[in-house]
Amino acid sequence: MQAKELASKRDFSRHHRFLITRWLTDLVAATPDPRRSDLAHLFRRAGFGARPDEVDHAATQGYPATVESLLAGLTGPDPAADAIAPPPFAASGVAPLPPATDPAARQTAIKARNAEAAGEYQALQRWWLNRMIATSTPLREKMTLLWHGHFATAFQKVRVASFMFRQNELFRTLGGGSFETLTQAVAKDPAMMRWLDTESNVAGHPNENFARELMELFTLGIGNYAETDVQAAARAFTGWSLVPATGAFVLRPRRHDSGPKTFLGQSGNFDGTDIVRIVTHQPASARFVVAKLWSHLAYPVAPTDALVAPLAAAYARDLDITSLLRTIFLHPGFTSSAAKQGLVKQPIEWVVGLARAFGLDADLKPSGGTGAGAVAGRSPLSGILAVLAQEPFNPPNVGGWAQNGYWLNTATSLARLQAGLAVAARLDLSWLDVVPVGQRPAAIGQRLSIDGWGQTTLAALNHVAGHPVVLVGLAVTAPEYVLN
Amino acid sequence: MPPDSPTPAPSGPGGNGVSRRRFLAGAAGVGVAGAGAVALTHRRWENVLSSSSSSRPTLTSGKGILVMVTLYGGNDGLNTVIPYQDSAYLQGRPNLGYQPNQVLPLTDGLGLHPNLKAMKALWDAKELAIIRGVGYPNPVLSHFRGMDIWQTASPDEPLVTGVLGRWLDATGSDPLRAISIGSTLPRLLTGERSAGTAIVAPTVTLPGGTAMAPALASLDAPGPDRHGLSALVAASGADLLNVQHTLADLMNAHRAATPATATPRPGTGGGAAGARTVATTLAGQLGVVAELIAAGSPTRVYQVSMGGFDNHAQEKDTHARLMTELDGAVSGFMTALGGSAAGSSVVLMTYSEFGRRVAENLSGGTDHGTAAPLFVVGAPVKGGQFYGDEPSLANLDDGNLRFTTDFRRVFATMLAKVVGVDPKVALNGSFPTLNLL
Repeated sequence: MQAKELASKRDFSRHHRFLITRWLTDLVAATPDPRRSDLAHLFRRAGFGARPDEVDHAATQGYPATVESLLAGLTGPDPAADAIAPPPFAASGVAPLPPATDPAARQTAIKARNAEAAGEYQALQRWWLNRMIATSTPLREKMTLLWHGHFATAFQKVRVASFMFRQNELFRTLGGGSFETLTQAVAKDPAMMRWLDTESNVAGHPNENFARELMELFTLGIGNYAETDVQAAARAFTGWSLVPATGAFVLRPRRHDSGPKTFLGQSGNFDGTDIVRIVTHQPASARFVVAKLWSHLAYPVAPTDALVAPLAAAYARDLDITSLLRTIFLHPGFTSSAAKQGLVKQPIEWVVGLARAFGLDADLKPSGGTGAGAVAGRSPLSGILAVLAQEPFNPPNVGGWAQNGYWLNTATSLARLQAGLAVAARLDLSWLDVVPVGQRPAAIGQRLSIDGWGQTTLAALNHVAGHPVVLVGLAVTAPEYVLN
Repeated sequence: MPPDSPTPAPSGPGGNGVSRRRFLAGAAGVGVAGAGAVALTHRRWENVLSSSSSSRPTLTSGKGILVMVTLYGGNDGLNTVIPYQDSAYLQGRPNLGYQPNQVLPLTDGLGLHPNLKAMKALWDAKELAIIRGVGYPNPVLSHFRGMDIWQTASPDEPLVTGVLGRWLDATGSDPLRAISIGSTLPRLLTGERSAGTAIVAPTVTLPGGTAMAPALASLDAPGPDRHGLSALVAASGADLLNVQHTLADLMNAHRAATPATATPRPGTGGGAAGARTVATTLAGQLGVVAELIAAGSPTRVYQVSMGGFDNHAQEKDTHARLMTELDGAVSGFMTALGGSAAGSSVVLMTYSEFGRRVAENLSGGTDHGTAAPLFVVGAPVKGGQFYGDEPSLANLDDGNLRFTTDFRRVFATMLAKVVGVDPKVALNGSFPTLNLL
């Protein structure tokens, strides 16, 4: 290391120590502040957690104003994240393959395309992880993640990274607007059309894949439609296809079944757009969408839960997601202890939260750069997420990721411990040196913006407080941090 | 088929930590000598073929080991066990269907998918039984509800606990009684009070050196401040520590007794003795299971899985590739077990959330369907024959097969005969067992 760099690091560290000493004085005097607790909770659920200074700032604004500021971020620029350039995509991903009559050339082309796509997929993961870490409009990235899990589409089958990128931008752009508009766009999205085979759905013997999941997983939930509705919807989506080279939507009229259909009690010569309109405006869809958002932002509920009905009635007026989010964040249930104890962080939330709290990027380097560019291969955070079973752009199936208990087993416990220690080992924890050993667990808790450690965790952390890396690695696997 | 009386629940191993250690002590004396043999002995097919039903080992009550192979996505039963002599089959599947001369013929006008060559050899060796038409009333064509119905064995009302999770709840707290290979634990092995173990390798290496175990024990101790999800987080950490200790003891003893030049088991990727076996493919997962069985793990149920069966489009090539993978993984596993005492008590079964529609669609695939056949493999299996009737291709329910064998009969059979427990601890209602073990 150059002398100049060393000197600047020393200066930084001296300044840091001054701040820490001052902050420690505050910390010792601090008692749990319910207002700060609510705000920190809001930042965890409407984003990926906040640093103490962000909570400080929000406290001066108040809870309702902080909600409005988060909602305002659903549209407009995101300066910090927009500075991170998306990766370039090679044309080979969508170029036509040599014909089947030349199997050798075809195999070679497929191999080359897959190798290129794998690199693009890794770059895409790095790009989005860095966006989530850097974002100045965290609710927007959070909703992008939520919609990704909802309209779950996986690279493993789609195989075209630029299509996955496009879908991700779709969620980012339309994720706070009308649910019908969002669903209409998803129905014509190339990644989705490839994922659920809409592109090859032909009149006569239709492919039911998209029609069924549209109702079961995206809009209504099981029990709110019949098999005859699946069959009618599948017919309505026949002939919907995409231009392979561009991913553009195209209707192939000769493959389309334009005949009369009866769908959810309505009759007409419906096409796919009609199906999406009808299905998103069903009362069952309102309950389904409200329950889904509440379950991912507050705590799991069924569409039949009493809490859902009034929210669904309000949402049903215009299907506006921003209004629904406002209602959820301002609902007394949202800041209840049931909500604060009600969710296990998904692995993506867990690693992005850590990276934000400690100022790292997807490559576990100090954040602030643009993240993209020279770095190739899989980022360390992507590697961690693969072991934790939540790879961005690659959900396990069309149902997305399950919640809570799904993330709690011996394998994920081990993976969190490994990841926590690996991340901790990459941190500059010299600032902990000036913190008295007995204060260190509290200092880490403060840094993570949690309400505090319970007595069992505190006792355990006190045992290892002399070893900063172990302390941090263990602390982030404690129930107080693993829960959202 | 006449109902068999269920075997009464024994007070088997794994009920608590003490009995598990007792079991291990026994295994250390008997199992390890055999374990070396497992790694070295690959049964030759001629031996398999020459084995007769009279030499079939019988399961000792309460000593069986069940391996559940979950096929995610809805395996196409009609292209797995193919009714090739029924003209309705090729009428429904002009592009996807296999011609009579392509299938591997069994009996009753049925044949195996052309790529299931090793399964055919197991059938001929009477170690593969096929249960036909497995399903349940009012079938659900959803992947998720369908898999939940299978894993909770509850078609009528949604349950939180898995069918084998309820067995775990009823028989103690040792997480090693059931192991799933993979990063997540299926509902199948999740109970209300207990859960099985999820691991990706036969050993667990805690990071952070020797200081980590006591630190983790302290962090994941039960506490008055822990309830609900917070208690669950701590419980899986505590289970991890428990599993780490036991597996370390087992695998150390096992590996010490296994020559370093041992032939690698199929699918494990080989490597030096003691190298970590990390499982991703089905063969890799079954390699981990074989290693744990050889080492004498006190585990009564294993779960492994394979995805990719949801072939709504361009099914033929994909499904053929999956059949090859399944065939190689299962036969490789049976080979790896061959010759060991523990191996002779292993029963493997496949299942999927549903079969697929009889008629193909114009995307070259099939849509979600209903009943399907499943495979039961193992030395104690009365193989080379079918159980349950073949569903009719003429009498369909909205294009789908009507089930002939309630899937809960399969669970009742495995619980009673393999796990050695009264099926009532896990099943709501009484279901006649199948006479295949």
